[in-house]
Amino acid sequence: MNNKHVAVIGGGIAGMEAASVLARQGLKVTLIEKQANTGGKLNDWDHLFPDFSSPDELVNSLANKTKDSGVNTVCNTEISRIERNGKRFELRANQDVRFFADAVLVASGFNVFDATIKEEYGYGLFGNVITSVDFEKRMKKHGQLHTIQGTAPKRVAIIHCVGSRDAKVGNTYCSKVCCITGIKQAIEISEMLPDCEVFCFYMDLRLYGSKFDSLYLQAQKRHKIQFIRGRLSEAAERADKSIQIKAEDTLQGRPLRMTVDMVILLVGMEPGVSTSQLIQKNQMTVDENGFLKSANMHCARNQSTQEGIFMTGTAICPMAVNETLENARSAATEIIHFFENRRP
Amino acid sequence: MNDLSFLKPASRQIDFDNFDDRLLLYVLKYEPSFFTCISCGGCTATCSAGNLTNFNVRKIGLWLRRGETEKLSEEIQKCMFCGKCTLVCPRDINIRNVILLIKKRIAMLKNENTTA
Repeated sequence: MNNKHVAVIGGGIAGMEAASVLARQGLKVTLIEKQANTGGKLNDWDHLFPDFSSPDELVNSLANKTKDSGVNTVCNTEISRIERNGKRFELRANQDVRFFADAVLVASGFNVFDATIKEEYGYGLFGNVITSVDFEKRMKKHGQLHTIQGTAPKRVAIIHCVGSRDAKVGNTYCSKVCCITGIKQAIEISEMLPDCEVFCFYMDLRLYGSKFDSLYLQAQKRHKIQFIRGRLSEAAERADKSIQIKAEDTLQGRPLRMTVDMVILLVGMEPGVSTSQLIQKNQMTVDENGFLKSANMHCARNQSTQEGIFMTGTAICPMAVNETLENARSAATEIIHFFENRRP
Repeated sequence: MNDLSFLKPASRQIDFDNFDDRLLLYVLKYEPSFFTCISCGGCTATCSAGNLTNFNVRKIGLWLRRGETEKLSEEIQKCMFCGKCTLVCPRDINIRNVILLIKKRIAMLKNENTTA
């Protein structure tokens, strides 16, 4: 097995974790990342839920692990094609770069939902409507939140399910991590700006993780975050750049309107664009949501419908950071089993 | 004679054993998408009639699913058929058509009652 070569496509946390596990087992591993650095989307995040830990620390420790285990990391290289050649694979990248491998692991991640598609929420039109990703980027860069007028917001509305569970944008699935992200960001705002009122507008709160409900409780108890059960129908900008939003307070059974200084849209996860390129050329199949389809969702989660091609992380479905890392280790195990069981 | 009806007040319970499904079955036959409603209230938030009167389009759907025929037939007159509810529905339900079907069915049932 030791002379086998695995190519990992995508240098986000899933790819890094799987690559380092495989390399520690003695396999030759090449980790291929299209951007200049590994770490993927986590490079833009300020804090992780539910423990407010630092993504930088995680990314750095993964980078050290991949380096120490002997993974060959290649950045600025985007794979556009995987070709099967007998039992081996030939991967083609931009220009004339080629890689050869005995197994391929696709860890190409997700795309963030483009909130401009939900025109009625005014993202891209109104300066004080931002996304949860913008929030993370701003917090990381400036360490503070202010409106487009430069003032500290006194009232913020956080909108759940933007681009998720919405037949109108073609995504009927739940992105799973947005509910808890919203609660985490609500707490961060309240800690930073104690006088700021924070409202979360939700359809259902899906706090599935073991520590998620305690964060919800903390948001209510300690931070007085208010939760309103109703889906936003529209947002409009007023002359002073504040935003008027409309929803139904479904528990009261009456329409509600509220003027806020800022709106944060909790944008969901969509299948990665780079993934779709790989699918077209490699007969990999996708599930009903457009994510990569597993050979069996229970006992072969990381096997694609093509023998020798595996996948991991949010290329399969929306996942939290801890789930992604667990999934990456499970993918590495499946690849090792694949080599062990293969007839010479 | 004293009125003693307060000793046996009408029940406030929703009675699923005596469910009036005459409206619901008709609506589901012609607009099956209605079954997927999750009561998010997007429709009510955008409703033109609901911003002026106490009309609540989400509750129309709820009453329909609970067989509250009498409440429905009065409330539904307030709808102006602007169709904004249908535009915002995340489940892609043709709510405007649901209201239209309820009205049609009520008219049919009234007709049956008067001719019978």
